[in-house]
Amino acid sequence: MFIPHSTKETEEMLKSIGVKKIEDLFDAVPKEHRFPNLNLPAGVSEMEALGELQEYANSNETVHELACFLGAGAYNHYTPAAVDNLLRRGEFYTAYTPYQPEVSQGTLQAIFEFQSLISNLTGMEVANASHYDGATATAEAGVMAYHNFRGKRSKILFSEAINPQYHDVLCSYLCGYENIQIVSGSNKQDPFAKPDSLIPQIDEDTALVLVQYPDFFGRIFDLTDLAAKVHEHGALLGVIANPTALGLLKTPGEMGADIVVGEGQPLGIPLSFGGPYLGFFATRKEYARKIAGRLVGETVDGKGRKGYVLTLTAREQHIRREKATSNICTNQGLIALAATIYLSLVGKSGFKQVANLCYQKAHYAAEKLSALPGYKLVNSDPFFHEFVLKCPKPVSEINEFLLDQGILGGYDLGKDFPGLKDHMLIACTEMNHREEIDALVECLAEVAHD
Amino acid sequence: MKIQPNLKYASSDEWLLVEGNIATLGISDYAQEQLSDVVYVEMNVSVGDIVKKNSTVGTVESVKAASDVNTPVTGKIIEVNEALSSTPEMVNSDPFGAAWMLKIELSNPEEINDLMDAKAYEKYCGDRSH
Repeated sequence: MFIPHSTKETEEMLKSIGVKKIEDLFDAVPKEHRFPNLNLPAGVSEMEALGELQEYANSNETVHELACFLGAGAYNHYTPAAVDNLLRRGEFYTAYTPYQPEVSQGTLQAIFEFQSLISNLTGMEVANASHYDGATATAEAGVMAYHNFRGKRSKILFSEAINPQYHDVLCSYLCGYENIQIVSGSNKQDPFAKPDSLIPQIDEDTALVLVQYPDFFGRIFDLTDLAAKVHEHGALLGVIANPTALGLLKTPGEMGADIVVGEGQPLGIPLSFGGPYLGFFATRKEYARKIAGRLVGETVDGKGRKGYVLTLTAREQHIRREKATSNICTNQGLIALAATIYLSLVGKSGFKQVANLCYQKAHYAAEKLSALPGYKLVNSDPFFHEFVLKCPKPVSEINEFLLDQGILGGYDLGKDFPGLKDHMLIACTEMNHREEIDALVECLAEVAHD
Repeated sequence: MKIQPNLKYASSDEWLLVEGNIATLGISDYAQEQLSDVVYVEMNVSVGDIVKKNSTVGTVESVKAASDVNTPVTGKIIEVNEALSSTPEMVNSDPFGAAWMLKIELSNPEEINDLMDAKAYEKYCGDRSH
């Protein structure tokens, strides 16, 4: 609730700090800069403004018109119409973070269901109410690991095959921490190093080992041995997981992960130019008090009726003040609700089917593309719905050609990995019809000859 | 409110039992009463750590508040009561006994002289409740 100050209160406050009027507080800003002439064009009517904005919007090309093979962290999945419909109910749409949580039973129940779904999906015991996106959830894993060892272990060891943007956000979040080193498990020239290659570098100073599953290049590795070695040294294993893949694959929890985070966008959230997305965060029960954000629990009231409560906010600022270990005080409520509705609608078997379709289509595409002269499938490891294709031309050039043919091509890996010039990361989902994949194959064959 | 006669007390409501150069630390009955039901105890230090006078060594969380535990003495941690993390309610039921938190080997035994005895602490608590 927002409580504005009354005129009397404002006067009292000004008086006690010895200022006559509010404007005097801005004395430090030179007068001529306080209300500068912004040199803006004359105002237009609502109708004109809408027309102009519509024109801008029309120059966008979206996945509704294009065949999309771009993934690298955000994926073009089908969202059942009911998701948006339910989400836009006023009770959900207008509600912000519950400040008097127990009054908002609907919101709490939605969060509780979300947590339960994420726990099941990741094979972990507890999940929190969500984070902004996969990158910030990953950063929180680093923060939690650091505090878990009370700063006594200084190393976060990461695989080069994690999303490079997640790595960057992790570094930003931790840049103010004393004696933290974020150490690469290999070097940029060898981004394809497998998770087990991290093992020799794990030591007693390692707080967290961070890998992605499937990794940034789509590859699937069993992490069981890695987890065992991480635990031998008393460290934590963090796994960034793709939720769709978890519909089909062994869970990170089963392989021994201590923290599982990821991007929830594939769960019915539109691509919408990069956000808002959804971060999920799950861990083992013994770390429940170490996680950022909040946990909702199910209980019974005095009359034995089912109810929901904000069970834990152990690290939030409002309870811990300067002792908080995270500045997260809220959760991505609406988007978490969308993911909850999505998972409930598709159901267990439907979700598995989505994952299977992604897998099959990607494998069909990989098989066809690798048969093209000039192209090469770079990895021979098992993969989920994304794979790396070495191309005979610069990826940017190929993508320009594809766009002219109505195809949104794959991710140019050369941007993040200097050694992967001319390497394209191609993603397939259930949205890619066979005809689309065949068209991609044809176009790539054609562009190779030009 | 109970006050144990043979202990030393800090103004932040920790008690110390000094035996030779070893001090056992906990929080007082007054402190646990103020906190109400304790749901979580976490020690921020481990055996072998050197702690400075007035530094934070742990946290006690109740249904009402989260409160720091400070050490009023400098020294080396030689034992941590691990049982408290699984049975934090002992802080309410037996604050001067089973709910001891740390044993510290004193580096500066004269720091003990800065602490209150039972009588002074009783007055200190009494003054605060009015």
